[in-house]
Amino acid sequence: MTAVTEVKQLTVARTGNEAMAEAMRQINPDVVAAYPITPATEIAQIFSSFVADGLVNTDMVTVESEHSALSATLGAAAAGARAMTATSSQGLMLMAEIMPIVAALRLPIVMPEVNRAISGPINIHCDHSDTMFCRDAGWIQIFSENAQEAYDNVLQAIKIAENPQVHLPALVTTDGFIISHGMETIKILPDDDAREYIGAYKANYSLLNHEKPITVGSIDLQNYYFEHRIPVIEAMQAAKSIIKQVGKDFGEKYGRAYDLIEKYRTDDAEAAIICLGSTAGTAKDVVDALRTKGQKVGLIKIRVFRPFPVEDLTAALSTLKAVAVFDRSDSLNGYGGPVFTEVCSALFNSAQKPKIINYIYGLGGRDIDVHQIEAVYNRLNSIKDSKDVGDIVSYLGVRK
Amino acid sequence: MATLKELAAREEKFVGGHTSCAGCGYPNIFRLTLAAIKEPVAVVGATGCCEVNTSIFPYTSWKVPFLHNAFENSAATCSGVEAAYQSMVKSGKIKDENFRFIAFGGDGGTYDIGLQSLSGAMERGHDMLYICYDNGAYMNTGIQRSGATPRYANTTTAPVGKVNPGKSQKKKDLAKIMVGHNVPYVAQTIAGNWKDLTNKVEKAMSIRGPKFIVVLATCPLGWVTKSQDTVKLTQMAVDCCFWPLYEVENGKYKINYDPKDKKIPVADWLKLQGRFKHLFKAGNENLLAEIQTEVDQDWENLKALCDFHSKQGVV
Repeated sequence: MTAVTEVKQLTVARTGNEAMAEAMRQINPDVVAAYPITPATEIAQIFSSFVADGLVNTDMVTVESEHSALSATLGAAAAGARAMTATSSQGLMLMAEIMPIVAALRLPIVMPEVNRAISGPINIHCDHSDTMFCRDAGWIQIFSENAQEAYDNVLQAIKIAENPQVHLPALVTTDGFIISHGMETIKILPDDDAREYIGAYKANYSLLNHEKPITVGSIDLQNYYFEHRIPVIEAMQAAKSIIKQVGKDFGEKYGRAYDLIEKYRTDDAEAAIICLGSTAGTAKDVVDALRTKGQKVGLIKIRVFRPFPVEDLTAALSTLKAVAVFDRSDSLNGYGGPVFTEVCSALFNSAQKPKIINYIYGLGGRDIDVHQIEAVYNRLNSIKDSKDVGDIVSYLGVRK
Repeated sequence: MATLKELAAREEKFVGGHTSCAGCGYPNIFRLTLAAIKEPVAVVGATGCCEVNTSIFPYTSWKVPFLHNAFENSAATCSGVEAAYQSMVKSGKIKDENFRFIAFGGDGGTYDIGLQSLSGAMERGHDMLYICYDNGAYMNTGIQRSGATPRYANTTTAPVGKVNPGKSQKKKDLAKIMVGHNVPYVAQTIAGNWKDLTNKVEKAMSIRGPKFIVVLATCPLGWVTKSQDTVKLTQMAVDCCFWPLYEVENGKYKINYDPKDKKIPVADWLKLQGRFKHLFKAGNENLLAEIQTEVDQDWENLKALCDFHSKQGVV
C-alpha cells in the first residue's frame, strides 16, 4: 500500500457553511446567483466577501428571490458558464418549478443546500422535508454527515454533474445548524490542487455562439416529449457508477473515499439502522458502544439519495435480520417516511431481506440522542428473530 | 436610425413557419426588433403565445440564440445569460463581441406573474432590453383578464354578464412602474408603427444598462377584431391617446407623437373591437364616458410630465 495522501492538505476549523463556501471559492464559478435564507444565508454571504476581495472571478447576481436565483443560474449555465447557487427550505421550494427544467436541459449546476424543515408552521431548524420535497426533480442529491463531507461533496459534485455521461444538476446537503453552523476541524485541499482537481468547464452548447444559434427550451409535445425524458432517466441511472468512480478516485487522491452508501460495521451485523446526514455520526457512536457489549449491530448511511442506490442497498441488506429506517421527514402519505418507502420498494423483489421498521424523528430540529438510537437497536434485537415486528412506523422523540 | 429600405435588406432573424394567428401583433414586433439590431443578440422568452408558437420542437423561428425557461422569469433568466457573458469576457474565456440581450414576455408574463423578476433584473442594472408585447389579456390560455386588460373589456375570467360590464379595474401603467426603477430608457410603442418601434429598439441598443419597451399588440381572437387591422387598430390606440407613443430617457418624459387636432374619440377605437361591444348597448353610455374621461386625464398628465421636463431643458 502506498501512502494515501501525497497532497499536503490544510487543517482548518470551519463550519459547514464555511466549508461549502470554501469549496465554492476553489471552484471559482463564472456566475453565482443567490438569495438569503436561514440557515444557508452564510454560504452566499461568505462567498460575496470572496467576490469583494477579488479572490474569485465570479459575477455575483444578487437576485430578488430564490426563483430568480435558479432562473438566473439556469440562464448562465445555458450560456456555457459554470454557475452555482445555494439555498434551503422555502427557498428550495420556490426554486422547485425551475429544478426539473435545469435537469431536462442537462445543465450541470451544483447547489449547496442546507436541510431545514418546510413551513408550516414556520421553523428554521433541521429536518429533511425540503430536500425530500424536491426528490423527483431530476437533481442528484448528496447528503453530508459533517463539514468535512460537505466540503468534499461539493468538489465531487462538480465532477459528477459535469461528467458527459451525467450532465445533471446536483444538490449537496448539510443538516441545518447541526452541520451548517457547527465548527469542526476539517482538511481542505490547497487551492492549486483543488483547481486542478476541478478542472476547466467546457459546455457542449452555448447561447453565446451567434454563428451557430440554438433554440433552448422548446415546447415539446406528444411526438417528442417522451423520447426527450428518456435520456434524463438514463443519465440518472448512469450517475450511479460515475458517483462511485468519483468517490473512489477522490479517496485515492486525497485519502477520503466515498460511495453511494456507507456501511459501518455491517459485515457480521444482524441489526442495522439506515439514516442520512448528521445522524449517522451519532449512530456510529452508538454502534461502537453496543459492539463493545457484543451486540451484532451496524449502520448504513445513504450518502446519495438520488439516484437511489437500489443495488447497493439490496446487497447490503441481504445479510441483515432487522433494519430500522430513520426518516427525518414524513411523506404525509398515511404510511411513513420517504426513505422507508423507497427502501421497502427496493427490497420487494429480493429473496433475502430483513424485517423493516420505520422511525420518523427530528422534525423541525428536534434533537436525537444516543439513548433514543440505542433503544431502537434494542428493539431491532428483540424483533430480529420474532414473527411480529410490532408497529411498522413509529415517531421518535415526540411528546404524546 | 435605419430606413425601411435598410431594414428590409437585412437578414431575417425571426422567420415564418410559426403558428401565430393571422393578425397577431408580436411576430411583427420581433421581426422588426431583430432587424433593428446589428450586433449579435440572444433572446430569452417567457412562456406564452410567442414562445409556444415560435419554438415547437423540432422547429424554430429564431435565427438567433433563443432560450425559454418558464413563465415568470424571462428577465431573471436573461440576467443570468448576461452575467455569464460579462463574467466570461472579463476572465478571458470568451471574446467580447458586443453581445446584446433581450428578454421578452407577454402582458401576463410581465405585468403580473413576471413583475418581480423584471423588477429585480432592472434594479440590478443588467445590460439588457426587456420587451413586453401587451395584448391586454392572458390570450395563450384563452383570454383571461390580466393586469394589462383595459377597463370594461370582456375576458373569460372577467366576463360581461347580467350584472358585470367586464373587467372593472383600470389597466396598470407598466411604463411608469419601470420609470420608477430609474433605468436609463423606458418607452411605449405599438406593433403597427415600424419606424417608432425600430427607432426605440435602436436607441435602447445604444444605451448600456437596463432598458424597457412595452409594445401594444393586437390579438384578433381576444380583441374580437379583424386580422387585417393590426396596423390600423394599434395606430388608432395612439390617435385616441389610449396608448400614447412616448419615451423616458434618464427620467425625462418625451411624447413622440401628439395627434393634436387629429385626436379621435376613444369610442371610435373601442367599437372596432368585439371585446367592448357591450359598451355600445343602450344604457352603457356612462361607461364609455368614464373611459373617455380616464384616457383624457392620463393624456393630460403625460403631457404635463413632458412639459415639465422640456421646460427643465437638458441638464
